[in-house]
Amino acid sequence: MKLLVKGGTLPEYGRADMLVEDGVISRIEGNIECEGAQVVDAEGLYVMPGMVDLHCHLRDPGQEYKEDIVSGTRAAAAGGFTSVCCMANTTPVNDNAVVTSFIINKAKAEGSGVHVYPVGAVSKGLKGENMAEIGDMAKAGAVAISDDGKPVMNALLMRLAMEYGSAFGMTVFDHCEDSNLVNKGVMNEGYNSTLLGLRGTTRAAEEVQIARDIVLSETLNLPIHICHVSTKGGVELIRQAKKRGVKITAETAPHYLVGTDDLCASYDANTKVNPPMRLASDQEALIAGLCDGTIDAIATDHAPHHRDEKEVEYNMALSGISGFETAFALCVETLVHGHHMTMEDFVKVACTNPARIIKKNCGQLKPGMDADFILADPNEEWCIDARKFLSKGKNTPFHGRLVHGRVKETYVGGARIYKD
Amino acid sequence: MAFKHKDLLSLRDVEREEIEMILSTAASMRPLLESPTKKTAHLQGKSIVTLFYENSTRTRMSFELASKYMSAAAANISASASSVAKGETLIDTGKTLDRMGTDVIIIRHPMSGAPHLLAQHVNAAVINAGDGVNEHPTQALLDMFTIKRHKGHLDGLRVAIIGDVNHSRVARSNIFGLHTMGAEVALCAPPTLMPVQMEELGVKTYTRVEEAVEGADVVMGLRIQKERQEEGNFPSLREYSAFFGINEENLRYAKPDALVMHPGPMNRGVEITSDVADSEQSVINEQVTSGVAVRMALLYLLTRKGV
Ligand SMILES: [Zn+2]
Repeated sequence: MKLLVKGGTLPEYGRADMLVEDGVISRIEGNIECEGAQVVDAEGLYVMPGMVDLHCHLRDPGQEYKEDIVSGTRAAAAGGFTSVCCMANTTPVNDNAVVTSFIINKAKAEGSGVHVYPVGAVSKGLKGENMAEIGDMAKAGAVAISDDGKPVMNALLMRLAMEYGSAFGMTVFDHCEDSNLVNKGVMNEGYNSTLLGLRGTTRAAEEVQIARDIVLSETLNLPIHICHVSTKGGVELIRQAKKRGVKITAETAPHYLVGTDDLCASYDANTKVNPPMRLASDQEALIAGLCDGTIDAIATDHAPHHRDEKEVEYNMALSGISGFETAFALCVETLVHGHHMTMEDFVKVACTNPARIIKKNCGQLKPGMDADFILADPNEEWCIDARKFLSKGKNTPFHGRLVHGRVKETYVGGARIYKD
Repeated sequence: MAFKHKDLLSLRDVEREEIEMILSTAASMRPLLESPTKKTAHLQGKSIVTLFYENSTRTRMSFELASKYMSAAAANISASASSVAKGETLIDTGKTLDRMGTDVIIIRHPMSGAPHLLAQHVNAAVINAGDGVNEHPTQALLDMFTIKRHKGHLDGLRVAIIGDVNHSRVARSNIFGLHTMGAEVALCAPPTLMPVQMEELGVKTYTRVEEAVEGADVVMGLRIQKERQEEGNFPSLREYSAFFGINEENLRYAKPDALVMHPGPMNRGVEITSDVADSEQSVINEQVTSGVAVRMALLYLLTRKGV
């Protein structure tokens, strides 16, 4: 089975053809002719690795009314993702190999074809008390551990999980928020929270926890990954740690690059997300962090919710944004059209770096890599319409926004799994 | 000129002319409250519902009497705060009231922004009677009405607001309203009960009551709730009272004819001493009367539209 992608523009190669044989990239050259190969016309399109999402919520098992593995992986494919890591806060919690295997098997049997890599829980039941069966979950296919949704507040548990997990190559992905400092906050603490009378969460809640994780990582000489960095101070802490050689990696999410707490003025609960959207100065710092390598990756934190959980009072609404199907456009719009980076740089933070963090053979287009790739038009103009999402979660604060950059086709292992 | 808004959710976007219209309409309503037959036909044929998710006898009664004095059909729904999470959704409740022909829904809710959510989903006019720690616009209007009655104007006055600003919808609405009307606002609270970046709203903030009330034309106390101590915002009510309460000593720093106000209900001896609350300068009881007048005015203005 041969597939010839002709006439596209590829990162590093420029205008080139790409030949795929048996699901693996075999050649990339200026002009390839290959008899018998199925030809994909990529004229005028950008051919790039499928995006790798280190952080999403597929809600399956247990919360299928919000999303399930079928709808979630279809949405991921439409968003240009070929690998996604799903967090453990399902029902039951993914804190044991049975749940890990269920997710992997269901994704293989019923999913869109996107690779689904579960992230196991750090603690049993996400309770923050006793360590989950990390070894078992690693053996079953989990790629990391996280209590995401909640921080690991107990520093000793954090230390033990980092140490124990290292035996299985499992890094903790930490949702950094000191829950005491969060103190029931529902948006960023600042001028807008004061103006709107909504309870604010201080940025210190996030930064205190990042600082603690850095100290643990540095002391133990073990890797740590910081989820969804949202503050300028967080970026600076990580930058300094990296300079000292701390084994730290970090991600941020598209909504932190695009949205600020100004969006909360409508009291629309679709703007509620954890950590909250901050200020323009934080956006600038996050973008600078992505550009200089402080922030390794963009991860969606795709968090689908049912509309019943959003069409309520702001305090009562659940936190999270449905992010798969807007990530590419929001990032390309902000980062590339905003002249902060090239498409090649974007590929590094969206594909190459996250693939490296979970140690998978993807995230780059070169011979020998899995043929997980997408065709995209970085300039196509379209209007975000949540009603058209393949995800069950229509919760986005970006509904109605005009953007540039659209995913046209998605391939996993050389097989097309999505076409616009 | 008619009142521009469908609803009254916040004083942030209400213009000076509109506030003046409400206050002057209230002034024309007030004599009725002292007359032997408290009845007008202003709201004949209108139906008004108070939808309260928090206990507040005072505010609910004030709205209810305002409606009844003007011949409206008034009904009230008292839901417990716990029913917010367990019961029917706010949107569904609103749609139900709409279908029953309600002209005005007056909502008190423990969560900020709830009236805004309701207003987006109903045809009825919505009045915010207090949402979370956000706003309580009719309280600010009645406060301004009371001040104006005594001082003749609001422009250039210095109003000191003392107490738990962080959890006070009264303070927030007063800040917005008083600024629009040209008054200056000084706030005093323990730093743990002062919202961040408050000065960017154009107020001055203090941690010493004497400094806040210095030269003030109005000194307004805010209610402190016991649970704020339990949350760790200050060590004891005794200490709170000593440093942040209004008493005869610190009131001396205000102008001699300064008005003393409190939205009620008061914790006597905590945020305000009885000597001050019952003094000649106090207009605390009068605020209650103003409340009915202002609410009558507002109901009239909101229902008059579209007729
Ligand atoms: Zn998280």
